[in-house]
Amino acid sequence: MRSFAYVVPDSVAGAVDALAAAEPGTKILAGGTTLYDLMKLGVEAPPAVIDIHRLAELTEISTGEGELSFGAGAKMAEVADHPVVRRDYPALSESLWRAASQQLRNMATVGGNLLQRTRCGYFRGGAEFGCNKRDPGSGCAALEGLDRTHALLGASDACIATYPGDWAVALIAFDAELDVVGPRGERTLPLGDLHVEPGDNPVLEHTLAADELILRIRVPATPAGRGSTYHKIRDRESYAFALTSAAAAVTLDAQGTVTDCRIGLGGVATRPWRATAAERSLLGEQLTMGTARHAGEVAFADARPVRTGAFRVELGIRTVTDALLTAGKQAAR
Amino acid sequence: MMKTSPTAGRPAGLVETAFTVNGEQVRFELDPRESLLDVLRERLVLTGTKKGCDQGHCGACTVHIDGRRVVSCLTPAVQVAGRDVTTIEGVAAPDGTLHPLQQAFVDCDALQCGYCTPGQVMSGLACLAEGHTETDGDIREYMSGNLCRCGAYIGITAAIRRVADQTKQTEV
Repeated sequence: MRSFAYVVPDSVAGAVDALAAAEPGTKILAGGTTLYDLMKLGVEAPPAVIDIHRLAELTEISTGEGELSFGAGAKMAEVADHPVVRRDYPALSESLWRAASQQLRNMATVGGNLLQRTRCGYFRGGAEFGCNKRDPGSGCAALEGLDRTHALLGASDACIATYPGDWAVALIAFDAELDVVGPRGERTLPLGDLHVEPGDNPVLEHTLAADELILRIRVPATPAGRGSTYHKIRDRESYAFALTSAAAAVTLDAQGTVTDCRIGLGGVATRPWRATAAERSLLGEQLTMGTARHAGEVAFADARPVRTGAFRVELGIRTVTDALLTAGKQAAR
Repeated sequence: MMKTSPTAGRPAGLVETAFTVNGEQVRFELDPRESLLDVLRERLVLTGTKKGCDQGHCGACTVHIDGRRVVSCLTPAVQVAGRDVTTIEGVAAPDGTLHPLQQAFVDCDALQCGYCTPGQVMSGLACLAEGHTETDGDIREYMSGNLCRCGAYIGITAAIRRVADQTKQTEV
């Protein structure tokens, strides 16, 4: 690991100042479960890290009227087990506790998790493999290599790396927003505007400026929260990344007609993926196996199968189908 | 006030870090690259905590920080300044009497080679403390971060179940 300067600010304002004054490439360290791991592998080599994990002002959670708010420094385990989140937004809770292990969830923060980097083996594998995300212009070894878990949606000729997270997939379905802070002050952006597709520049993964820091995640209150689930299909039952996953939330009227529908896709795309056309296909319909399956087919209509993971298109359709039916049962509670 | 390394008067980049391990105060000049796992094993010679994958996959290095389980391989040691670390060496009584969960591992055949066992015990203690033991399914879900390549999972689940049930009886 390359040596680095270790900076410990005692406030968010101090962190912003430190980041503004820092050498290019300086990274924010919170839980460390992605950054420190990639530094050990030599994939990340920041000249300095700014450790924000002790900043209590970043750890507040509130579930009052109108919205949920999660400080960026709150731990995944804490939000997953929050009684209001479990009861009123099961998809959010499940997206967290179905991710990683309890040890990692005790370390990782809900802000850092949004920017978790891809698990593509060629990205993590280091210089012997071409990777346009790690080393621009070196090619993409996954295109001709082991692509079983790579992206079916949003990929480019330069990069087919899958966005690995679950939490952002659930959040995007609920129109979450982020408050971020930098030297120019605070601003708010929809979570849907945070991540970008790789295009011809896979190095660029998000729209935060180098001197900005996530303060909190806010989720507008919605009755669709109660009728929601996060369905995650893995090679083993627990502690694995998604082969396919779906966050689904529905609201049904007294006749069982779908009046609101949200669908996020995980494990299958280069970024957290909102399936808006699939959502629209269900509005005004009864939620049945047939309409749910149709929504799944719409969600994957533009999928470009990878060579050794083509089965994940059909698996993804079935994942959406099952998630919607589970969400419908939740909504009828 | 901001603490920055390198700090005047010390070798470049070292960070003075004090914390407790199993109740004993320790203090080191740490390179910020050092993992808690390496500090425990190499500096303190507390080799009960095992290095399996060193990448956060296997759970063999599980310890508690302020009572919560973490993987020490992905914890930069400088981050535990002021914290209380508990390792497997801090679990049995001072006279060597095993903790009930350690005894349950013995009684339930919850190990074969034993390499993952310290991590399993630390994780199991936390699983019990968190209350994620309502069903065997809960135990399996909340113990999934600890791999056992010998495949002693049935015994491990039984050991945690036994202690959870004992605790419940005591409370009743």
